[in-house]
Amino acid sequence: MNDIRHDDDMAALLSTPVDAGTLSRLHRRLEQAAERANLVDVAYTTIDSPVGKLLLAATPEGLVRVAYAREDHDRVLEALSQKLSPRILRAPKRLDEVAREIDEYFAKHRQVFDLKLDLSLSRGFRRLVQTHLPEIGYGQTRSYRDMAELVGNPKAVRAVGTACATNPLPIVVPCHRVLRTDGTLGGYIGGLEAKTMLLNLEAAA
Amino acid sequence: MKQPFENVVAQHGATVLRVCRVVLGPHDADDAWSETFLSALRAYPDLPETANVEAWLVTIAHRKAIDVLRVAKRNPLPVDEVPEAPTGRDIPDSGDSDLWAAVKGLPSKQRQAVAYRYVAGLAYAEIAEILGGTIEAARRAAADGLKNLRKKYPGAITRGASS
Repeated sequence: MNDIRHDDDMAALLSTPVDAGTLSRLHRRLEQAAERANLVDVAYTTIDSPVGKLLLAATPEGLVRVAYAREDHDRVLEALSQKLSPRILRAPKRLDEVAREIDEYFAKHRQVFDLKLDLSLSRGFRRLVQTHLPEIGYGQTRSYRDMAELVGNPKAVRAVGTACATNPLPIVVPCHRVLRTDGTLGGYIGGLEAKTMLLNLEAAA
Repeated sequence: MKQPFENVVAQHGATVLRVCRVVLGPHDADDAWSETFLSALRAYPDLPETANVEAWLVTIAHRKAIDVLRVAKRNPLPVDEVPEAPTGRDIPDSGDSDLWAAVKGLPSKQRQAVAYRYVAGLAYAEIAEILGGTIEAARRAAADGLKNLRKKYPGAITRGASS
């Protein structure tokens, strides 16, 4: 009995406190070393924005995912781990330029994003639609039907809707500029409130 | 499903640092920690999903600590060398310097066994894998290490008795 208590005591003594500052310093060091060794397949960070906390994730190819808080960032990262690579590290530096442009967008100082994008999360028709979304200019809107015609498949209105709903890069790839033919909002991955907010932001510019 | 590596760092970072401190002392622990997680990140995609992640990390830390010790032996530091990093804040209270002297004085196998058993909480079978001996030998190394620590650092017993 005594021995066990003493063992616990010794274990407690040897298990020295590790404060948050030490761990974040070591984490930064790991980020730098891992980037230098090309071991970060997906770097991510989170930023605050007028539409809530946003997760930004990038591969060496470019920005691969923008996620709203309602998508559950932990789940989004798990999905990235499964679909792309588990070598995922919180490494904000790779996202500096993305974060800056998004800040400028919300401050109405930027209308077009000038970023390298990695569309590898999308395939086929969805990817085709997403590739064409940036052609809808700032402050403009199109209907799902318009988009179907634009990509040369006027009957694929529903598929266009799916492509918008599964856009891995909301805000940067402007799926919020696509509305129903009758002018009502349609769905949005960030919620209708966010969609309205973005449309109002662009309309007021 | 394999979780993002960031979760591995978040879940096990502190424990691995504590293990490195016991095996190497507070000053070299940071380097060993960094080397450990960099190696772990490299190997992570090949880690079987059923693996015990903590035992895997401690195994890597064990190898990295041996590397650090080997380098230290080759390039012994002058005694008056001041450590580069201001780690004073990170080291357990200076009042425990007797404890660290006692830990440092242990034969390395005992020190490692104590760290992996009592700081990382690994099973003796896992410790035996890491140290490369029988389970019984691992158990004995941990027990002897603890006994020696108590002998050289009676503070632990006093504390235990008074609490």
